[in-house]
Amino acid sequence: MTDLQHPGAPRATVERPGPGAGSTLPPEPSRGRRVRPDESPARRLGPGFLAKLAMMAVVDAFGVYVVWSAWVAEAWVILGAMLAMLAVANWVYFSRRTVPLKYVLPGLIFLFTFQIFTIAYTGWVAFTNYGDGHNSTKDDAITALLAQNERRVEDSPSLPLTVVTDGDELGFAVVRPDGTTAAGSADTALAPVDATVDEGRITAVDGWEVLDRQEILERQGEVTTLRVPASEDPNDGSVRTQDARTGYLFTPALVYDEVADTMTDTTTGAVYAPNDEGQFEAADGSTLQVGWRVFIGFDNFTTAFSDSRYAGPFFQVVVWTFVFAFTSVATTFLLGMFLATAFNAPIRGRRVYRTLLILPYAIPGFVAPLLWSGLLNRSFGFVNQVLLGGAAVPWLTDPLLAKFSIIAVNLWLGFPYMFLICTGALQSLPTDVMEAAKIDGAGRLRTWRSVTLPLLLVSTTPLLISSFAFNFNNFALIYMLTGGGPRFADASVPLGHTDILITMVYAVAGLDGSAPKNFGLASALSIVIFVIIATISAIAFKRTRSLEEIN
Amino acid sequence: MTATILPEGRATGRPSPPAARRRTPGRWFADTGWRHLVGVVFVVYAVFPIVYVLSASLSAGGTLTGSNQLFDTISGDNYAALAGTRFWSWFANSVQVAVVTSIGTVLMGAAAAYAFSRFRFEGRRAGLTTLLIVQMFPQMLAFVAIFLLLISLGEVVPALGLNSKVALVCVYLGGALGVNTFLMYGFFNTIPRELDEAAKIDGATHAQTYWTIILRLVTPILAVVALLSIIATFGEFVIARVLLQSESNWTLAVGLYSWVSSLLEANWGLFAAGAVISTIPILVLFLFLQKFIVGGLTAGSVKG
Repeated sequence: MTDLQHPGAPRATVERPGPGAGSTLPPEPSRGRRVRPDESPARRLGPGFLAKLAMMAVVDAFGVYVVWSAWVAEAWVILGAMLAMLAVANWVYFSRRTVPLKYVLPGLIFLFTFQIFTIAYTGWVAFTNYGDGHNSTKDDAITALLAQNERRVEDSPSLPLTVVTDGDELGFAVVRPDGTTAAGSADTALAPVDATVDEGRITAVDGWEVLDRQEILERQGEVTTLRVPASEDPNDGSVRTQDARTGYLFTPALVYDEVADTMTDTTTGAVYAPNDEGQFEAADGSTLQVGWRVFIGFDNFTTAFSDSRYAGPFFQVVVWTFVFAFTSVATTFLLGMFLATAFNAPIRGRRVYRTLLILPYAIPGFVAPLLWSGLLNRSFGFVNQVLLGGAAVPWLTDPLLAKFSIIAVNLWLGFPYMFLICTGALQSLPTDVMEAAKIDGAGRLRTWRSVTLPLLLVSTTPLLISSFAFNFNNFALIYMLTGGGPRFADASVPLGHTDILITMVYAVAGLDGSAPKNFGLASALSIVIFVIIATISAIAFKRTRSLEEIN
Repeated sequence: MTATILPEGRATGRPSPPAARRRTPGRWFADTGWRHLVGVVFVVYAVFPIVYVLSASLSAGGTLTGSNQLFDTISGDNYAALAGTRFWSWFANSVQVAVVTSIGTVLMGAAAAYAFSRFRFEGRRAGLTTLLIVQMFPQMLAFVAIFLLLISLGEVVPALGLNSKVALVCVYLGGALGVNTFLMYGFFNTIPRELDEAAKIDGATHAQTYWTIILRLVTPILAVVALLSIIATFGEFVIARVLLQSESNWTLAVGLYSWVSSLLEANWGLFAAGAVISTIPILVLFLFLQKFIVGGLTAGSVKG
């Protein structure tokens, strides 16, 4: 079957590859004529084809740049992914057999990279201990441990040192005890260089620029923290300086034994071996600070559901998330439906009413919660000061009132949407049913309850379900209005009475610096949300059978 | 929908009684009056915070307490003071990000909708089903993974790393297909196939058919999706907050949040002025879109 096959279309017409874009061939006697399948589109050079060629040249150039950068940065996954994307893109746009893909591919690439991949990545991180102390690979952790635990080698010779720069990064040039000269920076270990030595000190060096006194003073902080590795082997330590004139060799207090895969503390003699948690652990159970990422199975999920620091808050948060989402949908729908019913009759000024009523929906999502947080401010807010005559009601700081306030603010934010969809649904209700009810002798209330409401629910249920899913993850409202507060009394985890699952994910991830980063646990919580949403969606699918629309 | 079945025999009942010529006040209230009462009450409820923020933005004091006397003083001080802050660069960032995202969303969404609507190919059904499922999971759920992904990407291509507006747009575009393709797909299906067929018979390629025939006919849905995308992107908070780190790159949502969360009292006038200015473009787009949105919302909903 060809890509272009339309149902019912004559095959010959469909299979014929079109002439190049922009060419002005005379209309061909299309029926029955077949173009040779080996006819390449490249033979028909139209402006469309040239445009495509130019676009692909840009895409390929970008792709080659990314591949090269990934090679330099040794980011093999990105390199592989980019190569695959380039191959697919070139195949799709230069093959005649991939017509539908030509249209879908751009969106598909973004969808895969930034949505489907991130969901999969969330699943992967959820089973690791990625976070503070476990940020990277084991090799990085070893390098970091050796660097952080350096001390000056006793009785080591002082090295006459000159601060140099390669235009951007600082480096050191030193004269070694044997008279040879070497230079390097934080990223490149000391390597032999040709240099001019004057009175035992380097005054000029190939490929580097010597900093003068003034420049050194300006960058004093950088100079005193700079450590230039003495060689490629991290066990050899590094050169540091305090006065920008003399360097000393520092070596790690830890020694890494590659064969045994252990760390040895040279001062205490303690031997640290890697454990299952991604850390070096000594026989007495003490561990070294820097660890690496490892798979820890379902530990994150166990933590969420049973660790005393998380489980209590977690269950409170889950319950409140459901209560919040359900109450929000119910209140906004009831008010929206009531107003839609009220304005479904032809009354004077109906358009004005409608426009004014949906105004809150037209306010950007971030303005409204911030605005209400000011209105509800305990000491200075309009509600307390003016409407309640100076009362000090803790709208946003009392656990129960804060929940109430959030629902109330969300009602203000959400009812216009429900008003809109109910208005739309009411207007599209079949009038014959109403008439039938009237003829059957049903009163206004009875008609509404037995005819209008069921029909309204049929057409709005899918939207109510997606509204539930939206509020389930209504991060901005909670985060901006209360920040999740007031805090739970046991404040070991930065969570509060109004936190919902998605704000808990944010807090646990520690992205704003208020808590140690724990990407693993945060991702595990995201997975919990995914599962809940998937369940709700599955039920919604079943109920609305919206999949049928695809056929 | 059994409720729609009319009993045939009784369809010719008495016509409904004519409305009373002279209505008593009580009758008027039961019919129409209560609607006005409800209207006035809820219009006050809906509009009051907006009036308040307008008043606060015009007050001379600029503090939260000072804003409680509605329209006590009228001054443009707060608006003028915005020039001394980063507000306008945030505004520019928001507009840039929203407009670029919107253009990308329309281009990619329309192309995908065209393919799904016009071609029959292997994997089409699976593709549509996948999109339907993917759109159930908002992108923001994975913000931790997005953050980590951009750390890695940034080490290779700095422009695609953290704290980059380009990267933010790319992330938003990741949600382009899932959210909008279905809306467009439905609309594309309403354009008669015969037009494509005719064009093809006249020798047009699929690309010519798409760019010169279909796209012109679906302009209304393109406009709607573009504006909906602008509105959504303009108001997006979580991902922008997680990704954009330096103040000069912030969008309005992140910037105004920082004003309110850090120094609520002193910055209130500034926030109010900023809020009014950020609301205006969205409000204008929205009122312009109003009737499309009503149609679009229900069109997408009635599936069963």
